[in-house]
Amino acid sequence: MTELADRPTPDFPMKRTCPFDPPPGYQELRDQPTASRVTLPTGKQSWVLTKHTEVRSMLADTRFSSDRRLPGFPLLTETSKKFMEADPGLIGMDPPDHGPARRAVVGEFTVKRMQALQPRIQEIVDTFIDEMLAGPNPADLVEALALPVPSLVICELLGVPYADHEFFQSRSAKLLNTADGIEPREKAADELEAYLTDLIMAKEPSPSEEDLLGRQIIKQREEGTYDRKALVSLAFLLLLAGHETTANMISLGTIAFLRNPEQLAAVKADPGKTLPAVEELLRYFTIAELAGSRVATEDIEIGGVLIRAGEGVIGLAHAANRDPNAFADPDSLDIDRGARHHVAFGYGPHQCLGQNLARMELQIVFDTLFRRVPTLRVEAEFDELSFKDSTIIFGVRELPVAW
Amino acid sequence: MVKDMRINADRDVCVGAGQCVLTDDAIFDQDDAEGTVVVLSEHVDGEALEHARTAVDICPSGALSLSDD
Ligand code: HEM
Ligand code: SF4
Repeated sequence: MTELADRPTPDFPMKRTCPFDPPPGYQELRDQPTASRVTLPTGKQSWVLTKHTEVRSMLADTRFSSDRRLPGFPLLTETSKKFMEADPGLIGMDPPDHGPARRAVVGEFTVKRMQALQPRIQEIVDTFIDEMLAGPNPADLVEALALPVPSLVICELLGVPYADHEFFQSRSAKLLNTADGIEPREKAADELEAYLTDLIMAKEPSPSEEDLLGRQIIKQREEGTYDRKALVSLAFLLLLAGHETTANMISLGTIAFLRNPEQLAAVKADPGKTLPAVEELLRYFTIAELAGSRVATEDIEIGGVLIRAGEGVIGLAHAANRDPNAFADPDSLDIDRGARHHVAFGYGPHQCLGQNLARMELQIVFDTLFRRVPTLRVEAEFDELSFKDSTIIFGVRELPVAW
Repeated sequence: MVKDMRINADRDVCVGAGQCVLTDDAIFDQDDAEGTVVVLSEHVDGEALEHARTAVDICPSGALSLSDD
């Protein structure tokens, strides 16, 4: 144990040594008696919280703001003035704006609504698997299945033409990649925004009840609150969050199942185990942990320290999801552990809006893929795989598979 | 017999995550328009009470609680 003032402020983000585990530095941080400070690439400092109970209480406490335009927000890269002036959208809102904005759309993502999508998602998954099996063997699972399934699903839900998927997939990938600095990211964001603005303007003359964007236009007009810019920002968030995340979980989950054949066999023998297995995979990989970044708007005591108004804090979900006080033997993958209290979808009022869509997609993909392609195997050594370690969402770039 | 408990749901706090419905859709539902929680079975005991406790723990917004009345 070291006194806080004497403790080093390690550089953040930290590097993983094994793609399947959080950086080893997380455990050191979690073993400290109190929350620690880290140094961000911008040279600024931020607090980090690593214990499950602390990450949960921080994310549930709206005195920690999600507004990334506030000066102390723990951004990982310098951002331009333009980025800072942009509408932060749902994910960057605080009370009192966040609740009503979320309520205006969360009815589209209820458990029941997602269950109603089940047959269509099944059809989509079957079609892409048919195409993969009819094509060359080996194939890249990312291209063949992991990206197209969630992309097509979110396109149909929103009412975005899937024919444009190459355009928005490549822009999304650029936007989430922090390795090349701010300019390519900003350009990608501009292009996506322009694309969605045109799309929404084209819907305005006769919006359809058949897609989410059409329904939002109709409903907001009835309420007299229609705001095109806000809808563009919502569409942007849903499109981006709706395919990259699930895509990465499909690839990573496939690798994990293939490396744990007994657990895969257990799931194949009992479809009731797929959903618990999906929860465990979400916990194990925690692909979107930087989503838990906030800035304190008051002096708040948490994690044994006093966080001052204006200071940044990152709730390290991947550390929380490997906290031995919340999950026994946390570094092993165990589909039977009962992992539902994980924070891979965040916690508190911003907890993932699309979580029940993601669960449905992941369940259907894993059930169908391993049933229909029982001989599936990864056609590469584990250490040859190229993992996305300088992106905001963790994943694998390519996944060569054969059957 | 063990006393049952009452489920309290604060729909102003609920953020529509649906974790309660995933836990037990015989006890919880979500409103179609706003996605917020609807309690289908207000008094619970036995296994249903266990499910309600899980939902209270997992609910991300703190909208759910149990009381003795
Ligand atoms: C496995 C897949 C996914 C993971 C791991 C994931 C993760 C997350 C996390 C950690 C947050 C919390 C952000 C915060 O605390 O500020 C979040 C929020 C959000 N997610 Fe997801 N997500 C996934 C899939 C999806 C999908 C499929 C959609 C859309 C259809 C989606 C849409 C959103 C939206 C709109 C928010 C913002 C909610 C708010 O601020 O109220 N996500 N997600
Ligand atoms: S789990 Fe909590 S926040 Fe989510 S729908 Fe149920 S009551 Fe609302």
